[in-house]
Amino acid sequence: MGQHWANLLICAGTGCVACGALKVKAALEEEIKKHNLQDEIKIVLTGCNGFCAKGPLMIVYPDGIFYQILTPQNIPLLVEEHLLKGQPVKDLMYTPPGEKEPIPLMNDIPFFSHQVLLALRNRGLIDAESIDEYIARDGYLGVAKALFEMTPKEIIQTVKDSGLRGRGGAGFPTGLKWEFCAKAKGDIKYILCNGDEGDPGAFMDRSILEADPHAVLEGMIIGAKAIGAHKGYIYVRAEYPLAVERLGIAIDQATKYGLLGKDILGSGFDFEIEIYQGAGAFVCGEETALMISIEGRRGMPRPRPPFPAHKGLWQKPSVLNNVETFANIPQIILNGAKWYANFGTEKSKGTKVFALTGAVNNIGLIEVPMGIPLRKIIYDIGGGIQDRRKFKAVQIGGPSGGCIPESLLDIPVDFESITQTGAIMGSGGMVVMDETTCMVGIAKFFLEFTQDESCGKCPPCRVGTKVMLDILDNLTSGEGKEGDIERLEELAMTIRETALCGLGNTAPNPVLTTIKYFRDEYEAHIKEKRCPSRSCTPLLKFEVNIEMCKKCGKCVKVCPVDAIAWEKKQPAQINKEKCIYCKTCLRTCQFYAIE
Amino acid sequence: MSKLTVNDLKKIKEDYQSIFTLRGGSYRAKVTIHMGTCGIAAGARKVMNTLMNEITKRNIKDTIVTISGCAGLCSHEPMATIELTEMGPVKYVDLNEEKIIKILEQHVLSGKIIKEYTLIE
Ligand SMILES: Cc1cc2nc3c(=O)[nH]c(=O)nc-3n(C[C@H](O)[C@H](O)[C@H](O)COP(=O)(O)O)c2cc1C
Repeated sequence: MGQHWANLLICAGTGCVACGALKVKAALEEEIKKHNLQDEIKIVLTGCNGFCAKGPLMIVYPDGIFYQILTPQNIPLLVEEHLLKGQPVKDLMYTPPGEKEPIPLMNDIPFFSHQVLLALRNRGLIDAESIDEYIARDGYLGVAKALFEMTPKEIIQTVKDSGLRGRGGAGFPTGLKWEFCAKAKGDIKYILCNGDEGDPGAFMDRSILEADPHAVLEGMIIGAKAIGAHKGYIYVRAEYPLAVERLGIAIDQATKYGLLGKDILGSGFDFEIEIYQGAGAFVCGEETALMISIEGRRGMPRPRPPFPAHKGLWQKPSVLNNVETFANIPQIILNGAKWYANFGTEKSKGTKVFALTGAVNNIGLIEVPMGIPLRKIIYDIGGGIQDRRKFKAVQIGGPSGGCIPESLLDIPVDFESITQTGAIMGSGGMVVMDETTCMVGIAKFFLEFTQDESCGKCPPCRVGTKVMLDILDNLTSGEGKEGDIERLEELAMTIRETALCGLGNTAPNPVLTTIKYFRDEYEAHIKEKRCPSRSCTPLLKFEVNIEMCKKCGKCVKVCPVDAIAWEKKQPAQINKEKCIYCKTCLRTCQFYAIE
Repeated sequence: MSKLTVNDLKKIKEDYQSIFTLRGGSYRAKVTIHMGTCGIAAGARKVMNTLMNEITKRNIKDTIVTISGCAGLCSHEPMATIELTEMGPVKYVDLNEEKIIKILEQHVLSGKIIKEYTLIE
């Protein structure tokens, strides 16, 4: 029997699995058997491919053909036409919005072709549960180099020279952090990985853990050698069961191969890793709270200094890095600092992974070189705004971040430029919003989140965010008063200056940036009791504007409670006694005739 | 599983080389077997299987094999197209198991075109 000529790589990330990827796999196996092709074609389950909007999806190699939105019903045709007769099935390929011809090859699809994969270099390419496949892609050669050919000092120098900055939000230089800890006194030290990922809408770290868990382990082993740690923890939220499972498998495999444990690769260096499952509190992503949580106590931040590099987990010198930060390390060690520093900008080297979601056509996970203009991410990779609506803002950095308007879309994506807008790079959440999103409402959404997740230890965060939230509540329900904007700004500045930890310090950012760029929307809510995006229910009249109504009757069809009366060639009319204010008609009317 | 050494890592990498050549890696040679209904009827699947067996036997790691639909010359099936990085595509016609082995040896591995098996227009 010969080897396989074709490999079918099915995305088995959480998104695709939820959409039925495993059923597609079962159908493929059955169909392939039916045609007696099982010895020629291999099926592989990979981690997240990135193009989540189009799942379940599959790449057929050697040609690299991309199939999307597969169902078990598609499979008989696909197997017979493509895998038996050599005729790829056009109907199951990706066609860009507004175009007619599909793009067969994955690498020709704009969503993929503008990306640069460093941290995600194995995504969609290897079986995430096979250590051999990871090794085959240069896996653990970074560890081999670090353990046999480099001193801790040389490792730290390499990471410093690479320019790598932490991917968990603040962008602190990783090499410098390692150096502080390496120099700290103490014979017991810890290296920790932050996989808490609490930002709503963010799934970068989950995808890395699901797709390439060994890359994170390898980065941690190298870090351990650099600082002199022999024990590591990965803090990952329990809501990520697949990530936890894959990490567990990876740790077992690495231990069996002698890549974790005593005398790694025969180098004399010992290091072990334990998974710690967090209960899913946003504040536990903060470094001091995370360590307290691992110690088994309630996760609440403490003031710094002392910094974790000196007094971290169990008061021992510790390094905490983000999942993506660690995933970059093996390649930096293997290819050198210069290689890595070739990517990105002067002060922000390398790439950044973003979870691109919201109103764009191509929702998914992307990795782009630092310095790429925001516009390129949203229009070239993201494929522009859905339903031909207009772009309004992009929210970067989650609850600690801010909203960036159209006028700033040409700025490069790097730590400094994003911070200048008032947003933050954060860990990589990127939510695109169109004209139907109310900017006061979005500020309220994020503040509700931070207020809810506030640990309550310091008053500025516990009370201050609540007072801000009350004001926003008033604005969105038609009870805004003159002076509210100024009060929000004053509170925001005070909270920013006085809160104990990053959660409080940054909680006002969504409010401040929306006031800065969309002040007119705030004013409309206060002065005219009007929501310009027609999104805040209490500010809507639920009346048909007779002049704008095109008398098409579309709203009548979608109303779930038959509250709209209409006759041909007559404007529609809403019966307010029946209306449940669900806004379905508003969203359906293309002529903005419902107010 | 036993504990690995650095050499074991390199060995695993080598063992998997052909798989990652196949998954979008760079290859030196690409063989396309034409597999339309006509190709299959003329024995293209046998040609394919022979080729794959031979590639496995000889442990060739830099060559990928794929299939395509009918090439429009049904009377000359089975057909194959060979592409080497340093040479343009060459079409072979009226193949059988013997011929494909010869093509593998002479064209794919040594870069010598076998004129008499090619399509002469
Ligand atoms: C409220 C809050 C939540 C945080 N959540 C995360 C998180 O989910 N993941 C993460 O890596 N860092 C998070 N951070 C940042 C961490 O405190 C820390 O800076 C980071 O993990 C360090 O890793 P890095 O240097 O590799 O970025 C959070 C910080 C704050 C203040």
